[in-house]
Amino acid sequence: MTKNIYKFLLKRYVVITPILLVLVVAQIESYSQLTTSGTFGAAVRLAIPIMLAGLGGLYSEKTGIVNIGLEGMMIMGTWFGAWGGYTFGAWQGVFIGMLGGALFGLIHAIATVSFQVDHIVSGVAINILAAGVARFLNVIAYQDVAFASSTASPRIQGDIGRLTVPYLAGGKINDNETFNLFGSIEDLDLFLVSDAAGLVLGFLSNISHLTIFALALIPLSVIVLWYTPVGLQMRSVGEYPSGSESLGVNVYLMKYFGVITSGALSGLAGSYLVVAGTGTYLEGQTGGRGFIGLASMLFGNYKPFGILMGSGLFGFADALQLRSPDAVHGLLIVISIFLFVLTLKNFYEKKYRVSVITLILSGGFLIWFLNSTSIPNQFVYFTPHITTLIVLSFANQRIKLPEKIGVPYKKGELN
Amino acid sequence: MKLRLRIASLSAPLIALAISFGLSSLILLFIGKDPVETFQIMFEYGTKGKSIVSIINRSIPLYISAIAVAVGFKMGLFNIGVEGQYLMGSLIAAFVGSQFSIITPIHILFIILIAVSSSALWAAIAGYLKVKKGIHEVISTIMLNYIGTGLISYSLTNIFDEPGSDYELPRTPELPESGKMPPLNNLFNLEDLQDLHGFVFVAIIVGIFYYWLVWKTTLGFDLRITGSNPVAAKFSGINPNRLIVVAMVTSGGFAGLVGLGPLLGYFHRFTIDFPTGLGFAGIGVALLGRNHPFGMAVGALLFAFLERSSQILDLNDVPKEIEQMMQAFILLIVVVFYEIIRRFIVKQQIKDASKKVET
Repeated sequence: MTKNIYKFLLKRYVVITPILLVLVVAQIESYSQLTTSGTFGAAVRLAIPIMLAGLGGLYSEKTGIVNIGLEGMMIMGTWFGAWGGYTFGAWQGVFIGMLGGALFGLIHAIATVSFQVDHIVSGVAINILAAGVARFLNVIAYQDVAFASSTASPRIQGDIGRLTVPYLAGGKINDNETFNLFGSIEDLDLFLVSDAAGLVLGFLSNISHLTIFALALIPLSVIVLWYTPVGLQMRSVGEYPSGSESLGVNVYLMKYFGVITSGALSGLAGSYLVVAGTGTYLEGQTGGRGFIGLASMLFGNYKPFGILMGSGLFGFADALQLRSPDAVHGLLIVISIFLFVLTLKNFYEKKYRVSVITLILSGGFLIWFLNSTSIPNQFVYFTPHITTLIVLSFANQRIKLPEKIGVPYKKGELN
Repeated sequence: MKLRLRIASLSAPLIALAISFGLSSLILLFIGKDPVETFQIMFEYGTKGKSIVSIINRSIPLYISAIAVAVGFKMGLFNIGVEGQYLMGSLIAAFVGSQFSIITPIHILFIILIAVSSSALWAAIAGYLKVKKGIHEVISTIMLNYIGTGLISYSLTNIFDEPGSDYELPRTPELPESGKMPPLNNLFNLEDLQDLHGFVFVAIIVGIFYYWLVWKTTLGFDLRITGSNPVAAKFSGINPNRLIVVAMVTSGGFAGLVGLGPLLGYFHRFTIDFPTGLGFAGIGVALLGRNHPFGMAVGALLFAFLERSSQILDLNDVPKEIEQMMQAFILLIVVVFYEIIRRFIVKQQIKDASKKVET
């Protein structure tokens, strides 16, 4: 038993070592921002759009359609979300944003399912189309509105509402303050315990209602995809379409359903950025998060809870980038030590050349860490993107892709 | 291929154009503008002498960018990172080129070499990540675009900034006279117009080189066979991993040339407002031109024409952003019609073949 746990931990060293290192580094005063509830709260807010996009990618790819257009569908979500929010109100904005994304999902489905266009080509075209459409719509929709420009919309009306759990996180009941259990634990500054309390507090306090809705979609997706007949049909279509066809599954319908759901979820991701975030549409606001969502889906090995983990990681990197650029400096030493661990591992496995390279890199990061007090802003800005690449390069070997992913399927053709 | 089928395959872009114009007209009607009048204004403005020079200048980087994308497309490799690659190459070439002065042809050749090799190196990262780490090139190149943007803005401010300049924003030192490409106006008697970039010749050479590379060399054959049938390619002895890296590096090398038209012909230095977005626009042109050197040239000219001629629209109270929509419509519709026509042609060929068997 103990041996198994030990084995399990050793196998997961790629995930566990950095987490432990971050926890240790966070004990140093100037990097304490790494694990405060504030940072975790921001991480949750930033992880949700990535998670939703990843979930969107899941629905599409499980039915065998590669969806590079997630980013474009997300752009539609931001624009329609802001427009709906400005015209009608916050929740209506969310709904309209989802419709906008779903519309682009429909376009992708028509191109890839009905016309068998190459999935990536269609996705790329969708991204270009979305950028153009959003720009154009923004110009014509707010021609006579103050506080709007060709690249920004006016503020949305109303608010989505926020929740802080009473007793555990100090939320209010009938306007009376309650005890803040995790908050007081966090203030104790105990190693690990306080950091964990900060993590929990980040999930419990000042949480947007939309976040709760989004998080509920994770278990819901597990149920829909793995425990309903429709889910089984969707997955079978991605694995073996001609076989499904012979069993009476409507392959095209399932693919349409998957891609449109994918669009709606990406649209939700986009409108989340607006409604729970900035409050306005800004051009370029999605900043590649659709693609990071796709990466979190790969990281999560096509499982909803895996996507949640992956997007949490990327959200954390994004939160550091936005909230505490100074704390990112602490990550340098984390990277350095982690590379050193890799060196030892490779040396032990007699991969000498690799171990020399990682040792040099490790030394480089150590020197950088010792000779600087902060990381330049321009580097901090791409923290999430480089995290994506690093994480994928460690996680990618064990992925189980749907069998017929990206293969165009035409009724009556064997493939 | 029979003439009949050739004509059929040419019809796809024409149909797409017609439908996009139709859709755009509907949108114009919807926002209360007269489409016929709008297109007339655009056409008149776009065919003025001044506009034509500008259109050719705009189409040069678009065309080269499309070729960079097409090299990858030919083997089913999607290099979405041309954007980051050309900016990286242009920045380094602009800086290195400004540091010395020799006779013009050698100087320009040297700048081209620097740009090509640095862009190719940047692209090689994506190739490495795909081969060694199994990261799909679409994700890695997109992420590298963001990383590249950060690195460029950092190094422009801190390393390559012109020393002692009183200009507020960071910029590289200006290229010396020997590093500037002379315009072609004297050659074509265009004294009263703005500069026609000399880089247009390079673009034509690049087009011919691309044709030779893809259709006349072993590497090109490997690329095409891998693109149309990866399994057959593997059995014919092609090493797919090596080919991925080579294709990525070649694509990046072409990308290095994208920024040089504007750099050598007009900007003469890398600044904050150096043209961006050419990499993404190139993807559209490559899709429209079906990776064919001639088709992409037409596509680049068409998109450059739309861009230029839409500039007049704001003066006539029509939002010029309609042009971006039109480009996107053309793109999406054309990929659908290419697929329809391809299936039609395959069907016809099967029919013809079975007829031959019968008789």
